[in-house]
Amino acid sequence: MKFVDEYRDPAAARAAVAQIEALSDGQHLKFMEVCGGHTHTIYKHGIERVLPSNIELIHGPGCPVCVIPMGRVDDGIAVAETPGVIFTSFGDMMRVPGSNGSLLDAKARGADFRMVYSPLDALRIAKENPDRQVVFFAIGFETTAPSTAVTLQKAREAGIDNFSVFCNHVTIVPPLKAILESPDLRLDGFIGPGHVSTVIGNRPYRFVPAQYGKPLVTSGFEPLDILQGIVMLLRQIREGRCEVENQYTRAVRDEGNLRALRIMSEVFEVRPYFEWRGMGFISQSGLKLNEDFAPWDAELRFSVPGVRVADPKACQCGEVLKGVIKPWECKVFGTACTPETPIGTCMVSSEGACAAYYNYGRYNRSATIPVKSA
Amino acid sequence: MTEATAPSREEVVLDRIEAFRRRRPRLLEENITSAHGAGGKASAALIDAVFLEAFRNDTLADMADGAVLDLPSGERLAFSTDSFVVKPLRFPGGSIGHLAVHGTVNDVAMMGARPTWMSAAFVIEEGFPVTELKAIVADMAEAAATSGVQVVTGDTKVVNKGAADGLYINTSAVGVVQSTGPNSPGLSPKRVRPGDKVLVSGTIGDHGVAVMLARGDLNLEADIKSDTAPLNGLVEALLTAAPNTRWLRDPTRGGVATVLNELARAAEVHVVLDEAMLPVRGPVNGACEILGIDPIYVANEGKLIAVVPPEEAEAALVAMRALPVGADAALIGEIREDPPGIVLINTGFGGNRIVDMLVGDPLPRIC
Repeated sequence: MKFVDEYRDPAAARAAVAQIEALSDGQHLKFMEVCGGHTHTIYKHGIERVLPSNIELIHGPGCPVCVIPMGRVDDGIAVAETPGVIFTSFGDMMRVPGSNGSLLDAKARGADFRMVYSPLDALRIAKENPDRQVVFFAIGFETTAPSTAVTLQKAREAGIDNFSVFCNHVTIVPPLKAILESPDLRLDGFIGPGHVSTVIGNRPYRFVPAQYGKPLVTSGFEPLDILQGIVMLLRQIREGRCEVENQYTRAVRDEGNLRALRIMSEVFEVRPYFEWRGMGFISQSGLKLNEDFAPWDAELRFSVPGVRVADPKACQCGEVLKGVIKPWECKVFGTACTPETPIGTCMVSSEGACAAYYNYGRYNRSATIPVKSA
Repeated sequence: MTEATAPSREEVVLDRIEAFRRRRPRLLEENITSAHGAGGKASAALIDAVFLEAFRNDTLADMADGAVLDLPSGERLAFSTDSFVVKPLRFPGGSIGHLAVHGTVNDVAMMGARPTWMSAAFVIEEGFPVTELKAIVADMAEAAATSGVQVVTGDTKVVNKGAADGLYINTSAVGVVQSTGPNSPGLSPKRVRPGDKVLVSGTIGDHGVAVMLARGDLNLEADIKSDTAPLNGLVEALLTAAPNTRWLRDPTRGGVATVLNELARAAEVHVVLDEAMLPVRGPVNGACEILGIDPIYVANEGKLIAVVPPEEAEAALVAMRALPVGADAALIGEIREDPPGIVLINTGFGGNRIVDMLVGDPLPRIC
């Protein structure tokens, strides 16, 4: 496939791995990939298996589904089970467990839940069903927030008032700060999130080297992007530099996407605080609809329990999200908590570290030998 | 290196998980969800806890796509049934009518049998246009003629408006198992051995992606057609060229990944695939990349997976490639001993990963 295969070339990968070996020279270094998309790529392409063992990748909090707390899932299900409602969301959210089952269970109980690929699809459903209330369960970082914002603007322009948004958008910088403040974590650098940065640019990360002394390289999502990001981090360390660099220059500009940022600012305002799964309340980390868009705010239109639900005791998603433990170090990983019967959010989304490890990486024996042609 | 090293903590955890995974699947849900129909782990749990529990017998316990029954004459009869609920009813490359014939014909063919007679049952929603029904039945007649089967019995039910989504079709077919000579001891996972080769008869993922795009929800347009086709001719050519073929399956719902996982479990072998050798059409690959789906999990309706002994692999490929329906046949992997029950893929990039069964269905109602 053109423009994809080039970034998966095995010969180029071997060259990058040789560079990583030379630059790291056996030194044990820990880098966190912030974004769940990176985690997915790392496991799907088996990147950990080609890296030298002294380079350790720690999986970060940038998986939109993983950070949704149970109470918000319960609120979503309560809206979904309101008579007359068509509840829409990205497919990833379907299996996330609330305290009384998931949206998939709510669907089996009779809720009209529809999976969409874009909030605009939800708006289309609202147009087609004027006698029904259509609610979009909005999740994600600054990557998906602009598409929700555009959809809301279109709803207002077209006067579609049977549409509303249950907003769970979050921002990337506050949890990064929380991780950097975390006393139990020692990191040597960050592979910065590529998709989020296409929107917010690279400038918001400057505090990472400036205040915390850690290098950050914003990277793309193909396997070679990630290897090159690691090479760039190692070069900084070798050369005694510590700065924000951009590996993903084909998509990310330093200033970000100004139009997307403007649209977001027209629709959203920052919540004083928002709860993160396993990480507790983080101030200034969530977005809600501003006053202009209050008529489209599902939280105001429907009565939701709005109750904070504690994570199940056995679940260690918080420690996984902060990179304090590896997925397999969680007490319930792979036994009580599996993709079929997830306890924690990290086991649900394909971007969750636990699901990625369970589905792709749950095999740690000797490397395999290529299949020879007949 | 004879010195035994203690397993790492991670390996201990992984072993514990494998042991856990080998337990009988358990049905925990109170209600049926769409995952139970997806052909993956939840389906297996449902079949085990409800159907196998109630109907338990040795033939059913094989959990194959069909049953092989011994007749008093000494011949063996293959018998299979399948229901079709695809949405939309018509898609590039075919219709529910083609699928209803090909799907069941192929299930019988995978047991090494020549499908001969078929039943067809229709559940029709009130208000369904007769012209559309006629067109679909004409597709079935055409498919039956090219497959060499006769529809010999049937049933019609009409349900209230809203109680079915247009039209559902069930077909069953029977045929006599062909390979009964001393040199062909039948097809079974039990005959699969380390060293055997894994072949696929052509490009993967075409059907599932074609149907998904035909729904129009995604606003993607691509020149992708369903591969729906009868495979009985291909099976006969394959078994003639490679008489010691161990096992055949058509990778429909759940795709190549799901049937190979079932094989790895049933035969207690390790399956290794090579991603670079998987034949996938460019547009299918592109659509899958955009949708975040792996073509290895996407349904096919005119492809088979064959496990053959290494010395017959080349002959099998030549025989399949000689037919239009097998033109893109390829070697995609091999069987190894350890670790059993696991399918692994060497990524084109130089790493590797597990290919597990799917939880839930990324593309519901594609057949």
